[in-house]
Amino acid sequence: MTSGAWFRRGWITPRNVVVAAILTFVVLLPVYTSGTGNYFLLSLFTRIVILAMAASTLNLILGYGGMVSFGHAAYVGIGGYVVGILAHEGITTGFLQWPLALIASGVFGLVVGALSLRTRGVYFIMITLAFAQMIYYVALALDRYGGDDGMTIYTRSQFAGLIDLSQKTVFYYLCVVLLLGTIYLVHRLANSRFGLVIQGSRSNDRRMRAIGFPTFRYRLTCFVIAGMLCGLSGALLATHTDFISPAMMHWTRSGDLIVMVVLGGMASVFGPLIGAVALLVLEEVLSGITEYWQIILGPLLLLVVLFARGGVDGILLHWHDHYRSASHGIGNLLARMRRG
Amino acid sequence: MPRTRVRPLAGPSTGSGGASSNPQRYGSTKRCLGLLGHPDARVTTVGGTMLLFVEQCLNGLQFGLLLFLLAAGLTLVFGIMDLVNLAHGSLYMVGAYFAATFTALTGSFIGGVLLALVATCLVGMAVEVIAMRRLYGRDHLDHVLGTFGLILFFNEAVRLIWGPAGMNLTLPSWLNTSIEILPGVPYSSYRFSIIVVALAVALFLYMLVMRTRIGMLIRAGASNREMVSALGVNIKLLYTLVFGLGAALAGLAGLMQAAILTAQIGMGENILILAFVVIIIGGIGSIRGAFVASILVGLIDTVGRAFLPDIFKLVLSQAAASTAGPAVSSMLIYLLMTIVLVVRPEGLFPVSNK
Amino acid sequence: MVQELQIGGTDALLQIEGLTKRFGGVVASENVTLDVRAGELHAIIGPNGAGKTTLIGQLTGELRPDAGRIRFDGEDITAMPTFQRSLLGLARSFQITSLFLDVTALDNVALAVQANAGHSFHFWRDARSEAELREPARAALARVGLGQRADVMAANLSHGEHRLLEFAMALANKPRMLLLDEPMAGLGPEESARMVEMLRELKGELPVLLIEHDMEAVFALADRITVLVYGRVIASDVPAKIRANEEVRQAYLGEQEAVHG
Ligand SMILES: Nc1ncnc2c1ncn2[C@@H]1O[C@H](COP(=O)(O)OP(=O)(O)O)[C@@H](O)[C@H]1O
Ligand SMILES: [Mg+2]
Repeated sequence: MTSGAWFRRGWITPRNVVVAAILTFVVLLPVYTSGTGNYFLLSLFTRIVILAMAASTLNLILGYGGMVSFGHAAYVGIGGYVVGILAHEGITTGFLQWPLALIASGVFGLVVGALSLRTRGVYFIMITLAFAQMIYYVALALDRYGGDDGMTIYTRSQFAGLIDLSQKTVFYYLCVVLLLGTIYLVHRLANSRFGLVIQGSRSNDRRMRAIGFPTFRYRLTCFVIAGMLCGLSGALLATHTDFISPAMMHWTRSGDLIVMVVLGGMASVFGPLIGAVALLVLEEVLSGITEYWQIILGPLLLLVVLFARGGVDGILLHWHDHYRSASHGIGNLLARMRRG
Repeated sequence: MPRTRVRPLAGPSTGSGGASSNPQRYGSTKRCLGLLGHPDARVTTVGGTMLLFVEQCLNGLQFGLLLFLLAAGLTLVFGIMDLVNLAHGSLYMVGAYFAATFTALTGSFIGGVLLALVATCLVGMAVEVIAMRRLYGRDHLDHVLGTFGLILFFNEAVRLIWGPAGMNLTLPSWLNTSIEILPGVPYSSYRFSIIVVALAVALFLYMLVMRTRIGMLIRAGASNREMVSALGVNIKLLYTLVFGLGAALAGLAGLMQAAILTAQIGMGENILILAFVVIIIGGIGSIRGAFVASILVGLIDTVGRAFLPDIFKLVLSQAAASTAGPAVSSMLIYLLMTIVLVVRPEGLFPVSNK
Repeated sequence: MVQELQIGGTDALLQIEGLTKRFGGVVASENVTLDVRAGELHAIIGPNGAGKTTLIGQLTGELRPDAGRIRFDGEDITAMPTFQRSLLGLARSFQITSLFLDVTALDNVALAVQANAGHSFHFWRDARSEAELREPARAALARVGLGQRADVMAANLSHGEHRLLEFAMALANKPRMLLLDEPMAGLGPEESARMVEMLRELKGELPVLLIEHDMEAVFALADRITVLVYGRVIASDVPAKIRANEEVRQAYLGEQEAVHG
């Protein structure tokens, strides 16, 4: 579903209500946490927001572009390692760290994309997975930077006093702003000429080439953009935890990102946010119930695949179609009220 | 030195099988890597280096053949059912745990191993009937997600049943010795038996693929149901059996590896990705490609990890070499994969008609 | 055997020389030589499996010929990638409809327009609100009679409408020559008549290489007809001569007429 179609159905839909509720919660959360001192919740949501950002970038290639990349956590790791390594070597200015995180992720994306985008289907999945694994092993072998134990970052990125990342709330809002920026960017990209080529190529690549599009270079560009933005989320994650380790790019992390995108509903702009909230909150809840919570989560994922392929988004849409007339009624009512 | 007597396989010459197949998410990798580069393991004489080289080549061959068992099952399932099964590595793990349990229960190594193979095969068939069957014909993203869920399930189930600590698979004394493989070159008889068993399995698969009706379907790359049913085959049963066979192969690989390292949660995940690399290099759906690529990957990975850091020390400063050596040697097989992708994007032995 | 035809005067826009393509043991194109002149409608007929679609595939670059050369407007395009041939003006419609089913008919055609509107590295502006893409697309849809169906999802159009949409996309592709692979396949009589009418209108405006099974339509429209059998050109001539050609009658028309009664 593209946002165009989404718009036409009217504004008050279950999905939009959920998105609005999540956004309100995300934006107002620090007010609550600073009042109560519940920094656990703030920390959890900082993580959710950062991973939602990473998932948004995956959504660009997976949801809109149909490129099932199973190595997206590699960019999170690269972004994080660039920040961590530079900090370790005494370079703490964010003006250098963050652009370098973007560039390093972009270069990796360029290489992996150039090799993998010539292939299709399972090959593509396996190649992206394999290259991400390569980066994982390289990180493992970097004894100077902690090897498999990882490494603490002692100084957060400095921005010449403009913004102080060591303040939890400030950092949280920075993450929120960057998430919303990423979502907006993905939305614009997806509906631009560029995005239509990407989506056309997902739908029918052969036809795209037959009508005159060199799709490879568009898909590669898209792949690189997604990798770079994801690298930025990696820089944020490393800052959030003050820690880097190969575990942040373990292949199961890539799996988590795919789960978020699918749960939230592919190719919908706010889907990754819904998916990230759904997955991480579910994890928190399940792990509160039992130590062996993955024994529930695993089969749950399988059930989603088998019976609720559209994810949360699909359920919301289904629900919407069910009550379409009712919500239209409300929408019309609101429209009339607005008009006067 | 009880270490070398009790676990002769965990000595300095322990193959990269450990290093690349079994880095736990938090912990044991360094230990495994450390074993490889154990300083007192370095034999400095020329003859010693030769000996080490021969031994590492054998280890590479052994590890490659282990990879083949895993890759063969994957490629079989993919070739026939068009299914990407990430949970294949879970069956590898389950095989190892079953073997550890059953050998302890029965007191017989062979008996325990056979029971474990049957049990893994049954688990595989159960998974096929309960879950996989519903995934055929779905797109690959569904396969990835669904089987990803299965991995979480299996890891947690193993933790629930066997506990978070790993399990040892104890070898009988007749396997726990060394044999003289070349005059003056002793080699672990267990590792040697892995080579023999895996080669026998490879031969069996070759006969299966080249000489039987199932094999005909595999060679045809028969991923469509109509064609299979046109031949009058009970597809549901065939698929379940093929899946069970793949599971048994994975289980066999897992339990053989478990005697070298230990049975551990998540042990199948990273080696699974290596099996993917093997399949990419060999060509999807090709058993022959899987065989050749497995051995290539096993040799390059093992020999590279054993010698590349030392070679680096000849050219680079000590500090640079000790950082770059392990990093680069862990990249070798991916570089090989890259070269294959550039030169032959369909792999070394592309299955035609796909 | 094959009657050699005198290749292209200077006005041959598309020249095919000695094109050969094998699939394993099957020879799908065997030394095919023909040309399409400016302004002509050149039809290719032949039984199923004769290699007609394979020929189009080689012309558009989706298939690499094993031997032979293809020239378009004097330029050798034998090794040129598909998208570049399309941009040169070789537009194709597919025998088996190949559309973007998850978007509207208008979106489908607008993509064809976009392909010819320079590169698509435009990252920001909403492409669905760009008049320079939407207007020509609407015009192409109107031309094939789908004007009223512009905003319907392609997946919800009928088979006949899919054929028309294929055609509209080829038209919107700024073509200098159309390669049409069985545009009438599966159409009802009325829809077929409309398609014939549109092809007639196009005649003279654009050169067309038409593959079609409907003999009535072919003989009514074509300036020249080439007959392919088992990948070989067995005749290439004006319709009247083809009708009279004994080898063609035996190899192909005979059975066709028998079927038609
Ligand atoms: N991709 C392919 N692989 C193998 N054989 C093919 C392929 N495409 C076409 N063929 C074979 O080439 C011959 C010509 O096919 P085609 O060009 O589709 O014929 P037509 O369009 O005239 O009906 C047929 O025998 C067909 O089976
Ligand atoms: Mg055809």
